[in-house]
Amino acid sequence: MTATATSTAPVTHARVPAPGAPGRLRAWATRAPLLPALVFMVAVTQLPFVATLVISFFDWNALYPDARGFAGFANYSEVLTDPDLRKSVLTTILLTASVVLASLVIGLGLALLLDRRFKGRGFVRTLLIAPFLLVPVAAALLWKHVLYNPEYGLFNGLLHWAGGDSAPQPDWISHTPLLAIEASLVWQWTPFMMLILLAGLQSRDTELIEAARMDGASDWQVFRHLTLPHLRRYLELGALLGSIYIVQNFDAVFTLTSGGLGTANLPYTVYQSFYQAHENGLASAAGVLVVIGSLIIATFALRVVSSLFREEASRA
Amino acid sequence: MRNVRVKGAGLGLAAWLAGIVFFLPLAWMALTSFHSEEDAATNPPSLAASLTLDGYRDFFGAGGGASPWPSLVNSTVASVVSTLCVLVLALPAAYALSIRPVKKWTDVLFFFLSTKMLPVVAGLLPLYLFARNTGLLDNIWLLVILYTSMNLPIAVWMMQSFLAEVPKAVIEAAQIDGARLPTILARVVAPIALPGIAATSLICFIFSWNELLFARVLTGVVAQTAPVFLTGFITSQGLFLAKVCAASLVISLPVLAAGFAAQDKLVQGLSLGAVK
Repeated sequence: MTATATSTAPVTHARVPAPGAPGRLRAWATRAPLLPALVFMVAVTQLPFVATLVISFFDWNALYPDARGFAGFANYSEVLTDPDLRKSVLTTILLTASVVLASLVIGLGLALLLDRRFKGRGFVRTLLIAPFLLVPVAAALLWKHVLYNPEYGLFNGLLHWAGGDSAPQPDWISHTPLLAIEASLVWQWTPFMMLILLAGLQSRDTELIEAARMDGASDWQVFRHLTLPHLRRYLELGALLGSIYIVQNFDAVFTLTSGGLGTANLPYTVYQSFYQAHENGLASAAGVLVVIGSLIIATFALRVVSSLFREEASRA
Repeated sequence: MRNVRVKGAGLGLAAWLAGIVFFLPLAWMALTSFHSEEDAATNPPSLAASLTLDGYRDFFGAGGGASPWPSLVNSTVASVVSTLCVLVLALPAAYALSIRPVKKWTDVLFFFLSTKMLPVVAGLLPLYLFARNTGLLDNIWLLVILYTSMNLPIAVWMMQSFLAEVPKAVIEAAQIDGARLPTILARVVAPIALPGIAATSLICFIFSWNELLFARVLTGVVAQTAPVFLTGFITSQGLFLAKVCAASLVISLPVLAAGFAAQDKLVQGLSLGAVK
């Protein structure tokens, strides 16, 4: 920074003595290790998004390259008025919200169970984490063929076992397609929530809880007035990170239903509209909408992360 | 007192039960993978059917299907090389954000995090068009670059937090003793930060190995990865349950191994360093 710039800059900068040439050199030496990573990230993630933004304003079907032209906001109004695309916005919200909520609640229950000492706790923890460590496509295949299959899937097999020959044998995916996807995702994401909440539980102030118990507080009172307030930010963090990952889900939708039966979410729709329908402009507009949605979640997520981050920093 | 112990035992039992319920689908998949196709497709399920390796033989191409080896090799290259690239880029960056922090280092840290919040579909189409016009379509090195960018923010965050755990006083003491930067890095920083760096690498490896959308759109016959190979099982192909189970397990094995190895640091990685 030059001397003139410092003089016009706010007073807060004044504590740094005006750096001469060697000082500037040292500042760059400090910054240098950071630059490759920064430049790489900007080039690989920000530039393509800018391109998406530009393409979203063009009427561009890859099959008719000559008919390409500027379209203004036409793609956006088409995306927002097209019933299929509007449905996929709704599906995305429904899918994300239900999976996050369900896995958060179940994850909280499991974390509370695992927070206590009992025989084989480490082993049970490992059992519970396992679903999260399956390749997502493999997990979706497991649910689709091994569990949901109406003829020889495990669910109908168990029904047959329990209820005899007259037991109902539903076709899970065709009857409740969205629920089928949600169940498989809840199975995979509950361990994630459990891990975050368990970390939260284990960072509780044990002395405070002991003191409360000495004063005769019941389990429920301790949970309601001490544990839950402490967990609040971990719950928020789990919900927000879960939302960021699940809003982008492609694997489960692609594998279980191939976006059929009204289960196409926005990422699948974007994929389908350029990969199969070659509607580049429309796909880009839908992509930009996904980004706007994610940014709204991300703003909150960043706030929670930064408050946890500051807390950790002050503790260190 | 007795009441408390009974309750404790009950809750312990509940935890065990929950663990078994969650693990059951996986256990069932493992069992099915060792059954013959006929035994795998019975209703009600046959628990005690004799075991065989036919499902695995079939998966590895004995039945005349496509061999999974090229896709496994591609996945290994994409995951391992991209993880190495992440390390090369993230370590110096994390150093400049923790041990000798640049001005406004928290802002930089949050910039990295914000790029992670940008969904994959945000840049998918331009990347596809770019790859098609430059002949990089169906080229594994394109995936290496994209997976590096996908994991770099997580790695920078995690490593920043691991390097920040190195006490400043120890580094300063080494400097006073006249130690140079390479010595300090090797003797002081590495021993403390190494377990964290290892866990970070494992988590980056998992994310790259799992990735489907980029791989599905940007690769074809030559550079297809293991998850893309798995998508070949989406539509039923007659009796193929044992084969699907074998395939899913074999392809998940590296992730299961890496995940259990990094168990303790898994939360920290997935929560982008916010939870320790």
